[in-house]
Amino acid sequence: MNILALSWRYLWSRPLAASLNLLLLTLGLASITFVLLVNHQISRAFERDLAGIDVVVGAKGSPMQLILSGVFHIDAPTGNIPLAAVKALEADPRVSKIIPLSLGDNFRGHRIVGTSPDYIQHYRATLASGALWTQPMQAVVGSQVAQLAGLMVGSSFAGSHGLGAGGDSHGQTPYLVTGVLAASGSVLDRLILTSTESVWKVHESDVALDADDQKILEEERELTLALIQYASPLAAASFPRFINTTTEMQAAAPALEITRLLSMLGVGVDLLKVLAGVLLLTAGLSVFIALWGAVRERRADLALLRMLGAPSSKIAGLLLCEALWLALMACAVGLLLGQALVGLTAWALQVDQSISLGLLAWPGELFLVPAVALGVAWGASLLPAWEGYRVSVFELLQSR
Amino acid sequence: MISCRQLTYRYASGPTLAFVDVEVAQGGVLLVAGASGSGKSTWLALAAGMLAVNSGSITVAGQNLAQLDKRSSDAWRAQTIGFLPQKLHLSQALSVHDNLALAQWAAGQNTNSEVIAATLAVLAVQDLAGRKPSQLSGGQAQRVALARAVLLQPKVILADEPTASLDDESATAALDLLHSTAQRLGATLVIATHDGRVKSRFEAAFNNKSGLQSIQIGRKQL
Repeated sequence: MNILALSWRYLWSRPLAASLNLLLLTLGLASITFVLLVNHQISRAFERDLAGIDVVVGAKGSPMQLILSGVFHIDAPTGNIPLAAVKALEADPRVSKIIPLSLGDNFRGHRIVGTSPDYIQHYRATLASGALWTQPMQAVVGSQVAQLAGLMVGSSFAGSHGLGAGGDSHGQTPYLVTGVLAASGSVLDRLILTSTESVWKVHESDVALDADDQKILEEERELTLALIQYASPLAAASFPRFINTTTEMQAAAPALEITRLLSMLGVGVDLLKVLAGVLLLTAGLSVFIALWGAVRERRADLALLRMLGAPSSKIAGLLLCEALWLALMACAVGLLLGQALVGLTAWALQVDQSISLGLLAWPGELFLVPAVALGVAWGASLLPAWEGYRVSVFELLQSR
Repeated sequence: MISCRQLTYRYASGPTLAFVDVEVAQGGVLLVAGASGSGKSTWLALAAGMLAVNSGSITVAGQNLAQLDKRSSDAWRAQTIGFLPQKLHLSQALSVHDNLALAQWAAGQNTNSEVIAATLAVLAVQDLAGRKPSQLSGGQAQRVALARAVLLQPKVILADEPTASLDDESATAALDLLHSTAQRLGATLVIATHDGRVKSRFEAAFNNKSGLQSIQIGRKQL
């Protein structure tokens, strides 16, 4: 017989109260786990896709929209910008790397992105099979796309107009898959990559009436946006202003826009946190009431323990241990439940199309959960434990 | 051995109780009589080292209780006093065996199942070790509670109203069991009671020989 075994037995001698407290505490901890995990994973997904992109240049419009469409491939782009204007930026000494992106077509909802091989290198993605494109109308597909659309090296497909599934098919100009990327966890996983020339070719061959017309179209070639890395951090001070005031384009800093976005999401996160807090408070009160009731109910039993020679501290310890058991069990079940909830949410929202929520992640913040569990349980048991500490044998003699 | 002289106890807010002097040899029997509220419980609590003495002295099993602090009095009580409460207070959450193990835990000892089995056997309740207290008859429960009281071989057994709500036959059996158990251990037996049957039973058993003492506790306020 030790204090842990004994407190365990006392805890389950009131199975209903114990189960209810366990349930309440578990729900509170599960919601905290959920909030922490989702928050962590969304932030991490953003960080990963943002890495190394200092500024995005595109058509004027909402800067947030430009970032969402250009970096995360969630929203529609703001419009197109002239190829010549982007070429001019390449010469700017403040720019060290420039990745052009051309959007506009999709295959079964997967965006076809005209770009340069730099884009793949930027996310350090590697080919799982095949090779990069070497000429227009060749494409490299992301791992998720390959899986979902059943594409492999050698397959061919025709893109359709627009960014969502459906839309006019560009049937005359099919793409040939030359490579499949290994899963990198970045946005590339759900994109189809090709050269910018391919995108031009598809549209020009659709529209051009004759060879002269083709020439005119070629002079007016456009891109959707460009991802830019600065040569030095100092560029951040002058470059966006330069773009925004002297050109027809706009420059948006992803870090800034994402901070804005996260602060908007933050309201939701805060709301969930408050909800979890209320649940935990309820759980704490419930544990307190149960333990307080237990002390009242078992006063004579506790007094008998004193009579049998148990020091007051041992009685108080017994009650603290009961709370400890609750905390431990609720913590274990709550963490698992929270992880399961994240998995369920990812599945239900098909969030893996935009943000991959992984299962059984353990970010450092999650250590908050056991800490909160212990804090709530022990906070709730302090007063009952003190009451237990004060139980005197004398009450046993007078309990007639 | 129990000896007290000019013992008084003063409540923080209330009367001061003064007790008559007592001198009981080790292995003797002391009957503490008195109506409810007379201070009987206070006397028992003093003898068990649960209340601090205000003035006078009380020595139990060779220990002057005034010299014990709170912490050491717990350890002393675990080793010296076996207590049989009126309502028995067997824990319903635990089996008979574990109720006895609880006494070892309270005393800071490891569970010793052999000692538990032997103690239950002496009181002829060894077959009930696996039962819950709710599955015991009144007599069985009292034997189990007594087994718990004597588990650590105390020098003093305190029994609080052991015959309350028992019929004559059961009361006699309970008293004889208490007496024989105390004698086997050589323990001093203290019975707090206002039941006249207790006194007559022990007077018959002792047959006017020495060893039986009885005190009447009355409310004598100073």
